[in-house]
Amino acid sequence: MASIKYDINTAVDQRYKHGFVTDIEADSIEPGLNEDIVRLISRKKNEPPFMLEWRLKAFRHWKTMQDPAWAHVRVEPINYQDIIYYSAPKSRDNGPKSLDEVDPKLLETYEKLGIPLHERAALAGVAVDAVFDSVSVATTFKDKLAEAGVIFCPFSDAVRDHPELIQQYLGSVVPYTDNFYAALNSAVFSDGSFVFIPKGVRCPMELSTYFRINARNTGQFERTLIIAEDNSHVSYLEGCTAPMRDENQLHAAVVELVALDNAKIKYSTVQNWYPGDENGRGGIYNFVTKRGDCRGVNSKISWTQVETGSAITWKYPSCVLRGDNSVGEFYSVALTNNYQQADTGTKMIHIGKNTRSTIISKGISAGHGQNSYRGLVKVLKGADGARNYTQCDSLLIGDKCGAHTFPYMEVTNPTAIVEHEASTSKISEDQLFYCLQRGISREDAVSLIVNGFCKAVFKELPMEFAVEAGRLMSVSLEGAVG
Amino acid sequence: MLSIKDLHVSVAGKPIVNGIDLEVKAGEVHAIMGPNGSGKSTLAHVLAGRSGYEVTRGTVTYMGKDLLALSPDERAHEGVFLAFQYPVEIPGVNNIYMLKAGLNAIRRHHGEEELDAVDFLSLVREKMKIVNMDESLMNRSVNEGFSGGEKKRNEIFQMAVLEPRLAVLDETDSGLDIDALKSVAGGVNKLRNKDRAIILVTHYQRLLDYIVPDKVHVLAHGRIQRTGDKSLALELEKHGYGWIGSKAGAA
Repeated sequence: MASIKYDINTAVDQRYKHGFVTDIEADSIEPGLNEDIVRLISRKKNEPPFMLEWRLKAFRHWKTMQDPAWAHVRVEPINYQDIIYYSAPKSRDNGPKSLDEVDPKLLETYEKLGIPLHERAALAGVAVDAVFDSVSVATTFKDKLAEAGVIFCPFSDAVRDHPELIQQYLGSVVPYTDNFYAALNSAVFSDGSFVFIPKGVRCPMELSTYFRINARNTGQFERTLIIAEDNSHVSYLEGCTAPMRDENQLHAAVVELVALDNAKIKYSTVQNWYPGDENGRGGIYNFVTKRGDCRGVNSKISWTQVETGSAITWKYPSCVLRGDNSVGEFYSVALTNNYQQADTGTKMIHIGKNTRSTIISKGISAGHGQNSYRGLVKVLKGADGARNYTQCDSLLIGDKCGAHTFPYMEVTNPTAIVEHEASTSKISEDQLFYCLQRGISREDAVSLIVNGFCKAVFKELPMEFAVEAGRLMSVSLEGAVG
Repeated sequence: MLSIKDLHVSVAGKPIVNGIDLEVKAGEVHAIMGPNGSGKSTLAHVLAGRSGYEVTRGTVTYMGKDLLALSPDERAHEGVFLAFQYPVEIPGVNNIYMLKAGLNAIRRHHGEEELDAVDFLSLVREKMKIVNMDESLMNRSVNEGFSGGEKKRNEIFQMAVLEPRLAVLDETDSGLDIDALKSVAGGVNKLRNKDRAIILVTHYQRLLDYIVPDKVHVLAHGRIQRTGDKSLALELEKHGYGWIGSKAGAA
């Protein structure tokens, strides 16, 4: 008899719209990893000797390490000799001096991704560094930023033009010995963004880096270093996409943030690497080390991440709260659909007095997705008056997915106050029916409810990207409800 | 507008509605009264298309269409509205944002242009007056932290915005104090018109003091036992539902 059946979205999965490949001649080196490769990368980038030395130390250290196995993810063994460690569009040569010299194919690629690089067409108030495979291909509004004293440039340029800053800060937050992927990155990193905000400067525009993986069998190993001097302020956003391919590709980045006295750094990520297909084939392995050092008093570092892409995500943007009264924040939305896996969270290390941290994590699992929150709140002996508030919510869609929470707390100061709240819920039939009855389709209803669930995090994103994040959630959930 | 014939409904294999026949014309207000478990809320949910209710026999024709063949959102597009007895909370979702999504989905269905934020807001302001709804409820999350009265007002406010052809009000009076009841009923009365049919599902007669129905049906044991006008409700008030039950038993 007449019972109600919902249409399962069986349409061809077209949800990943950034899956195209740019046909561009590339200068790629042979796959494989050894000291010669490390030297070759350094030579290709015309690096000063100190940089090569550092890479080699990292490489030698990496060889003594093992892939970490503690995360709640299943990873096929990675053969590090099969990966290409450097690939750059040929036309770049020694780097374009201006946007007019950038290969039109690259401009077109970013145009297609919604990141116009022509300054007249660019997003108002946002400067972009565009990283394509192993190199930065364009940086917008460089001159305008220079007027304010802000340095925003490809990492390679910074190594050549500001070696003293690199030597002082590189590896000072994430040493190359930190972990397996950080060591690998330190040995072979090819590009990334460098940001320096001098004393007392409030960065006049949003800064952003757009990472694009294009070449096949290539790993992307970028490094970002942001230094905010006393009383300065910067908001930075990164976005990531990659073509659809059946094989997995490795992305192992390192991000280091340094905030000096009274400085504020806001770092937002919208991560939309190719997640693999609905059977779990292909997709990016996103193994990233991100850490911020609140080195100065009253400094503040705030991480906001929206993680919808990648086959496997392994990242824990953290804050070392060294300066007295410093503040660390972590706002995260991680969505896993189909066979995606995420093990993500944060570490808040309270060292200074009256340091405060807030952790808001929203995990959404659909399909066969596995979503883990892993977080450490550590309060050291001297951190009198430290405070942490953690809220960890999981939302399940369907009955084949999983949500897991691994909170760790190490508190060695009796004056510390650490709070942890956690919840797991499912989208209720009541909520869905209520929306349907108001005329909203089932898919729209799910995305409405999920966006509501994520609201506390989305409101932390810069305005332009909050909308984008909401839209991304909807497409990432397509086909998640039947 | 609505024609229900020999409707039988089971929930989890248990028969709840056992042969309802009901004809509702445009412009009419019908009250369906009955004791707990008589099947009146089941009827409301079946009309709206809630899952978990199995229609085992009978037909429901709405505006010439087989209503039961439509999904809940399609029914909403066609102008069927259910005011919930227990309006659902949706944390983080803005109250009028959801309503806008619904209204625009309905407009799309009818080939009308979607309303932009500005036009929608002025529509909302106008409609809020109908139920004396506080503007602060506009930007709160859907029903979250609303009092019982605020939730019910919100339902009628949504009805005012969506302008359904057939509105089913499921125990809209329950949990309301007398002032809230008056203002909700006043809102419903303002929404009465010759093109719109309203079905009031209620346990108590008192709602009918404020919304005067054209017809009153008394439901017991999953069937309509008696049909009359407003006076039937008053009679029921005097004698209680036991009176109907014994009559049904005798019949």
